[in-house]
Amino acid sequence: MDYNWDWGVFFRSTGIGEEIYLDWFVAGLGWTVAVALAGWIVALLLGSLLGVLRTLPNRWLSGLATLYVDLFRNVPLLVQLFLWYFLVPDLLPEPLELWFKQDLSPATSAYLSVVVCLGLFTAARVCEQVRTGIQALPKGQTAAALALGLRTGQAYRQVLLPQAFRIIIPPLTSEFLNIFKNSSVASLIGLMELLAQTKQTAEFSAHLFEAFTLATLIYFTLNMSLMLFMRWVEKKVAVPGLLAAGGK
Amino acid sequence: MDFSSIPAALPALWDGLQTTLQLLVLGVLGGVLLGTLLAMMRLSHNRPVANLAALYVNYFRSIPLLLVITWFYFAVPFALRAITGEDTPVGAFASCLVAFVMFEAAYFCEIVRAGIQAIPKGQMSAAQALGMTYGQSMRLVVLPQAFRKMTPLLLQQSIILFQDTSLVYSVGLIDFLNAARSRGDIVGQPHEFLIVAGLVYFVVSFAASQLVKRLQKRLAV
Repeated sequence: MDYNWDWGVFFRSTGIGEEIYLDWFVAGLGWTVAVALAGWIVALLLGSLLGVLRTLPNRWLSGLATLYVDLFRNVPLLVQLFLWYFLVPDLLPEPLELWFKQDLSPATSAYLSVVVCLGLFTAARVCEQVRTGIQALPKGQTAAALALGLRTGQAYRQVLLPQAFRIIIPPLTSEFLNIFKNSSVASLIGLMELLAQTKQTAEFSAHLFEAFTLATLIYFTLNMSLMLFMRWVEKKVAVPGLLAAGGK
Repeated sequence: MDFSSIPAALPALWDGLQTTLQLLVLGVLGGVLLGTLLAMMRLSHNRPVANLAALYVNYFRSIPLLLVITWFYFAVPFALRAITGEDTPVGAFASCLVAFVMFEAAYFCEIVRAGIQAIPKGQMSAAQALGMTYGQSMRLVVLPQAFRKMTPLLLQQSIILFQDTSLVYSVGLIDFLNAARSRGDIVGQPHEFLIVAGLVYFVVSFAASQLVKRLQKRLAV
């Protein structure tokens, strides 16, 4: 294969200012993490709310949450992103639209769109996990909480959710990892996150394989460390005797 | 909103949808095939083989599909030149298909592995007691039962793949989404075309997942 391997390329100047290619990767990783974490906060909050709604006896509320889940799970992520980035700003009231299109830097407006998009997209998945977690609890838990005089809200906050969240840490972890991987779609609306920086490095330096190998390694390491971190969290918050998998 | 130019664009959209469906069908077939092979490797008693398959699966499951598509778009022509020794032009379709097959195989592998493991051990022992070789018992006894059990999961994964095919947009392949985007840009109605594209994806995946749910209920005993 007539390919000129050169792993030193990352320490070479990009030709733009004093930057070396490695700086691009660091900046890209920064955006990836910033997108994923902000999106995750949105997803966790909204997803938990929707998950609770789906378990309520009120038909309208649970129907609304079901509708949300069906809608956001059946439209491809990329289509959703284009809708948020290209369509939604035009539907905003005039002052907001101008603010989004003129006052914000291109990176900020892309960032906002992708955070909203990933947050709402992942919320549908988180919702399903939360619902599963709540429904996995014995019915007696709700009954006992209500019999003790707790209101529905209190029962959820103090009895059901704390247990449900512990049960669903493993599936939530995989959604958490997914949001990091999914954040790569941001490269398609011009946000210079990890994948976009990788492509740019590949094009600028002509060292395609090195660039993509490094990107892969970064994603792989990120994934593994987040997984270990979540396992640690799972152990940390486990209530002894509550779950077989939680502790000894 | 003015959807009047959609009907005239239908042939172009249909062409795009065909590309999407081709990617889907070939991707699922190749992915399941490679995935099954990987699953058997993972369950093999040969340690290095099992570890190799595990590494493959963990590797592809920890990187974004979009990265794989982009990388392969550049790398497949390179690899082909290395193998065949001459310049072989491959289009985006071929490189995307390779990316989907290799990426999805990691996910299909886990489904197939769980399916095989759900078959009671006695099935394998009985088949071998009847004089079948390992390969025969796998092919004739274990896999047919396993595939029946995991059909809903395989179909669900295929629905996800259907949505993920839209990512080929990034390498310029004219799939359904890209057809809609470029048509919308040409006639100056990008919003309307985007909404229609979203609707089509929604209707297809929603209908398909409802069917899978039904199937799941029927298969459950």
